[in-house]
Amino acid sequence: MKAKFLVLIILAVLAAGLLAGCAGEEGKQVTTPATTPEEKKEIKAAFVYVSPIGDAGWTYMHDQGRQFIEKKYGIKTAYTENVAEGGDDERVIREYAEQGYDVIFTTSFGFMDATITVAKDFPDTIFEHCSGYKTAENVGTYFGRMYQARYLTGIVAGAMTKTNKIGYVAAHPIPEVIRGINAFALGVKKVNPEAKVYVVWTGTWYDPAKEKEAAISLLDEGCDVIAQHQDSPAAQQAAEERGAYSIGYHSDMSKFAPNAHLTAAVWNWSVIYSYIIEQVMQGTWKSEEIWWGIDRGVVGIAPFNDAVPEDVRKMVEEEKEKYLSGEVAEQYPFVGPIYDQQGNLVKAEGEVMTDEELLSMNFFVDNVVGEIPAASE
Amino acid sequence: MVDAGFIASLLASSIRAGTPLLYATLGETLTERSGILNLGIEGIMITGAFTGFAVSILTGNPWLGVLFAGFAGMALAFIHAFFSITLKANQPITGLMIVLLGLGITGFFGRSYIGEVAVYINPIHIPYLSSLPYVGEILFTHDPLAYIAVILAAVLWFLLFKTRYGLEIIAAGENPEAADSVGVDVDRIRYISTLIGGFLVGIGGAYLSLAYAKLWTEGMTAGRGWICLALVIFSGWMPQRAVLGAYLFGGLDVLSFKLQATGVGISYHLMRMVPYVVTIVVLLFSVIRKRAAFGAPASLGVPYIRGRKQ
Repeated sequence: MKAKFLVLIILAVLAAGLLAGCAGEEGKQVTTPATTPEEKKEIKAAFVYVSPIGDAGWTYMHDQGRQFIEKKYGIKTAYTENVAEGGDDERVIREYAEQGYDVIFTTSFGFMDATITVAKDFPDTIFEHCSGYKTAENVGTYFGRMYQARYLTGIVAGAMTKTNKIGYVAAHPIPEVIRGINAFALGVKKVNPEAKVYVVWTGTWYDPAKEKEAAISLLDEGCDVIAQHQDSPAAQQAAEERGAYSIGYHSDMSKFAPNAHLTAAVWNWSVIYSYIIEQVMQGTWKSEEIWWGIDRGVVGIAPFNDAVPEDVRKMVEEEKEKYLSGEVAEQYPFVGPIYDQQGNLVKAEGEVMTDEELLSMNFFVDNVVGEIPAASE
Repeated sequence: MVDAGFIASLLASSIRAGTPLLYATLGETLTERSGILNLGIEGIMITGAFTGFAVSILTGNPWLGVLFAGFAGMALAFIHAFFSITLKANQPITGLMIVLLGLGITGFFGRSYIGEVAVYINPIHIPYLSSLPYVGEILFTHDPLAYIAVILAAVLWFLLFKTRYGLEIIAAGENPEAADSVGVDVDRIRYISTLIGGFLVGIGGAYLSLAYAKLWTEGMTAGRGWICLALVIFSGWMPQRAVLGAYLFGGLDVLSFKLQATGVGISYHLMRMVPYVVTIVVLLFSVIRKRAAFGAPASLGVPYIRGRKQ
């Protein structure tokens, strides 16, 4: 019995060690590129990610941005991935602050309160929170006007559909997702007033099997283009298997669906990260609410599939040019006339929706089929 | 909107979504029938998903992937068996350790495989049969693993209820003292049941990464292991009922997507609750009707120590 007990303890310790080893390895990786010793102050930046870095999604794109600034400015960066919102987040953020990181990026909406809380205790540390609305003396926010890119990809989808049914696999009914669906639908409407956008909510950010099944449901109902607001490329694969088209999100997902993938609405965080790091290095940083669009390159669209004809490409380029030249407001395509699903006029001809209205959007435009469930999550 | 075509595609999807659940549920049913409670399904499934995917990439053969996913599941199940049978350790705790171990190991080793493209197991459209109206789509358009799962359920049913081995397994789970007294090697039976159970759960994971979602990513089982624990209870530890339960649970997920896609407003929050509500109702039943038709093996989760009153 004693021997068995001993074996039990040894095994338990081994298992615990293995677990701790794994957690340590993947939890925190600090990379130190060579920095010139002459530099007066060495900047250290930390990133807190909500999910594993993965292959194509939200955190992956943030990490691309991190790697970019690490190379470009030769600064030291660190990150922790898979941090639970409202769980470990405050501890992780606090640890980075205690370790003397100069700027801490928290890259998920749910980190907002933890960021603000820790920032109060570390007035000399700079915090940047992605996608939130609370700021402080030492807390800035940043986000991208992804709906602009969504709008452009909607044009492609509207031009390519033959059944006039476009599917949209969506995650959770929050304003960010709803805004993306509406912008996409307005793009569809621009080129194809007959087409409708069918929305299916999965209630998950990351469950590839479910996302795929949701896409298949839409394909079964006759949709021939599938768009998505999800982290995995599973919906793209469903379209590929059925010989339909798809529109990616977050990053260029063409690798997963070479024939189906028409284009994608993509992030490029390095633009914002570079800007913030430069401000910090020069000592000119101040709390800002950054919400940049396609003109600054924070959002964009992935290269077109060969299947996209020249006239469609041209149309998309023309619309994109309107942003770049300043011909349209940043809020475009949310410019009247905009009708909701019930046919009520939400914005009259020529009226532009305010940023506030965009950030709290909770209705579908008239060519969307589907319902917004009560936002209970 | 809801016509025969809708129902046919719903049933076909239910089978797809239910198959990974079925493998894991069958595995856990066998394990629990012998008296071992293995809460580690989630960890074993994710390990199977990763191993299957990695082996398929390395060898170019998805079936080897499935086989090795089974072995990987078996390896984790062995840890559980060693702790709970040989060392008589607390089974729920060991099971939870297996979950963490599986998620940790696959997260660590799986990193470099994320975004890779493996060789997959594809559906086979059975000639003639698959072109039958409706029935063809529902029954004859699946991949081989989906058919194997059903055959397996039948085999397991036969094994448990029609053979002497089955009797011994059930005896080990119901009353190990009595089984021991008539010469059944309880520990051996429990070991074998747990290992084969782990093998099946591992295949359930491989089905996810190689036949269903067709990609590998960290944590992609997304809680299905826990659903399977509920399914074992739901099916009353009967393999034949597990088939029904797995397809039903799979179908409920799909139903909410299908209804949404046709434009029927439906609260997916509500839909997601249904399987668990049903499980609670079944549990309630099992309490009311005692153990006649829905009950757990009497010695489930209780270590067997010869000569000690339980």
